[in-house]
Amino acid sequence: MATQHSRAAARFMIAPSVVLLLAWMLIPLGMTIWFSLLRYNLLMPGENPFVGFENYSYFLSDPAFQTAVINTLLLVGGVLLITVCGGIGLAVLLDQPMWGTGIVRIMVISPFFVMPTVSALVWKNMFMNPVNGLFAYVADVLGLPAYDFLTAAPLASIIGIVSWQWLPFATLILLTAMQSLDSEQLEAAEMDGASSWSRFYYIKLPHLARAITVVILIQTIFLLSIFAEIYVTTAGGPGNASINLTYLVFQESLQRYDVGTASAGGVVAIILANIVAIFLMRMIGKNLDA
Amino acid sequence: MGRITLEKVQKKFGETEVIPPLDLTIEDGEFVVFVGPSGCGKSTLLRLIAGLEDVSGGDIKIDGTPATDLPPAKRRLAMVFQSYALYPHMTVRKNIAFPLKMAGMDEAEKTRRVERAAEVLNLTNFLDRRPGQLSGGQRQRVAIGRAIVREPAAFLFDEPLSNLDAALRVGMRLEISELHERLKTTMIYVTHDQVEAMTMADKIVVLRAGHIEQVGSPLDLYRTPRNRFVAEFIGSPKMNVIDGEEAAHRDAHAIGIRPEHIDVGEGQWEGRVGVSEHLGSDTLFHVHDTGLADVITVRAPGEVNYKSGDAIRLSPQTDKIHRFDDKGLRIA
Ligand SMILES: Nc1ncnc2c1ncn2[C@@H]1O[C@H](COP(=O)(O)OP(=O)(O)OP(=O)(O)O)[C@@H](O)[C@H]1O
Ligand SMILES: [Mg+2]
Repeated sequence: MATQHSRAAARFMIAPSVVLLLAWMLIPLGMTIWFSLLRYNLLMPGENPFVGFENYSYFLSDPAFQTAVINTLLLVGGVLLITVCGGIGLAVLLDQPMWGTGIVRIMVISPFFVMPTVSALVWKNMFMNPVNGLFAYVADVLGLPAYDFLTAAPLASIIGIVSWQWLPFATLILLTAMQSLDSEQLEAAEMDGASSWSRFYYIKLPHLARAITVVILIQTIFLLSIFAEIYVTTAGGPGNASINLTYLVFQESLQRYDVGTASAGGVVAIILANIVAIFLMRMIGKNLDA
Repeated sequence: MGRITLEKVQKKFGETEVIPPLDLTIEDGEFVVFVGPSGCGKSTLLRLIAGLEDVSGGDIKIDGTPATDLPPAKRRLAMVFQSYALYPHMTVRKNIAFPLKMAGMDEAEKTRRVERAAEVLNLTNFLDRRPGQLSGGQRQRVAIGRAIVREPAAFLFDEPLSNLDAALRVGMRLEISELHERLKTTMIYVTHDQVEAMTMADKIVVLRAGHIEQVGSPLDLYRTPRNRFVAEFIGSPKMNVIDGEEAAHRDAHAIGIRPEHIDVGEGQWEGRVGVSEHLGSDTLFHVHDTGLADVITVRAPGEVNYKSGDAIRLSPQTDKIHRFDDKGLRIA
C-alpha cells in the first residue's frame, strides 16, 4: 500500500468494517453511560429519572468498592507474578532437549483447555475442600489440621486457581519465544565464559522481554474481568473478602437489580482498566518497539 | 601462546562418523585454514576444538595441557561465528565488553580494552549503537572485537566472511590478515572459498569427508598436491585433468595441468574455442573438441583474441604437468 491511490482505496475498503466495529463498541458503551446517569432499578418499575452522578457517588462510596479495587489489583498482580515467573521457568525447562518433551508439553498446555467454571469447581471440591479434598487428605496423612482454603484465604486460593489456568498460556508464548533464540548466541556466550545463570540472565531473559510484555498485556485484559472462578468458589465471600470489580458490578445489577448503579460500576471499571493499561504501557510498552 | 594438538580426534553423530580419527598440530602463531567442500566436517572440527561439541574419541591439547574435558570458556579460545552471534539487545560497547564482564574484570581495565579494540577495528563511532543499527561489515568487526579483547590463546573463525558482499569480503580478508600480523596469535579459519584459503593461510588443511587430504603451505598445495582431490580443489580456475591415451603416454593414470600452465598459439594439442572470459589482466578460454577432456580451461596472460569457434593450438608446460596413479595419488 505504497501509493496515494492504493491507500485511498484501502481506506474505502476497510470503512464498512470500521463502521461496524465502532457501532458494535460505541452503542453498548453509550447505553452503559446513559443508564449510569438514570435512577433505574428493576425492583422499582415506573419512571427512570435522570439523576446525574448520583449512581456514581453511591457506587464509589460503597465500602465494598475499595475492597473490590484492591482485590482486583491483587488478583491481577498475583496471577501475573506467578504465571510470568512460572512460565519463564517452565519455558527454560521445556526448551531443554530431554526424553518425552512432546508429552510434557501437551500436559503443560492442557489446563488451558479446561473451562474456567469446571477448573474452579475441580479445585474447590477435589483439592481445596477441607473434608474431601486432596490437600486435606495430605494434611491428614502428615498429621496436620485440614486447612479451609476458600474460607481462610479466599483471595489467595482464587489467585492460585487462576494462575493454574493461565500458566499454560504464559508457558506456551514464552517457550515459542525461547525457541526462536539463535543457538549461536548461546554458544558465543558460552565461549565468552558465561555460566548457565549468566546465559539465562544476559541472553535468554532479554530475548524474552517482548514475549513477556505480550503475556502481561494480554493476561491483564482477561484478569481484570475474572468472574467465573469467584462465582463458583467463594461467591465473593466470606463477606466481601474475595470480590473484585466485575463481581461487584454483578452483585449490583443481578442481585440487587440496580441497573443504574451497576452501569456506573461498569464505567468505573472501564476507567480503572484504562488507568492500569496506561501504567502498563508506560512501564513495559517500550519492549514492543522493534 | 596457542599450540593446539589433536590426537586421534573423532566425532560421531549417532552412528554416522563425521570425523574419523584425525591427527593435527597447529603451531603457536600460525594462521591455519580449513578448507573443503560443503559438509566435509570443517565446522564440526572447529567446534570440537572450541569445545562446543564433545569428541567421541581422542584428545585435544592446548599448549600441552589436556583440554578434551574442559568447558569452552576454560580453553582460552575465542570464536567468530558465521552469523556473528552478537547480542542484539546490548550496545556494541557492551557486546565487546561481555567476555570481560564474565571474567569479572575491573571497570577501568574493561574500558581500556574495549576502547583499544574499537580503535583497532574502527568502531569508535559506533560504540553506543546496537548490532541492528550496523552494516554487515561493522557487525563482523564487532564480533572480532569481542574475540580480541579476551586476548585468547587462539581465534577460531567459522566462515566469517560468507555473509558479506564480494568487495567487502576482500577488504575484511585483508583486515583479518593484518590483525594476525599484529597480534601474532594462532588463528584457525574455516572457509570453503579456496581463494580465501590461498591468500590468508600460513598452512592449509584440506578436508574431505572428515579426512585430512593434505596439510601444507598454500604454495606447497599448489605446486605439489598429494592427490587429484587437492589438485582440483586448490587453484582457480580448476586444474584440467586428462586421462586416457595422453596420460598413458606419460606413464600415468591421469595427468593434471593448471590453466595458467598451458601456452596458447602453437603446440601438439588442438581444439575449438568455446566461451572466453576477458578479465583484462588475463583471458580465460574454454577449449572444446581436443579429444583429451570435455573441456580444457586455459589462462593466457593479457588480452588474447580468439572468437568462439576459432581453432586454437595449445601446449602444456611439460615441467608443470602433475601425474596421478590409478588411486588418484601423485606420482613423484
Ligand atoms: N548435530 C548434528 N547431528 C548430526 N549430523 C550433523 C550434525 N552437525 C553436523 N552434522 C553432519 O556432519 C557433517 C559435517 O558438517 P559440518 O557442519 O561440519 O560441515 P561443513 O564442512 O562446515 O560444511 P559447510 O561448508 O556447508 O558449512 C555433515 O554431513 C552434517 O550433516
Ligand atoms: Mg560449516
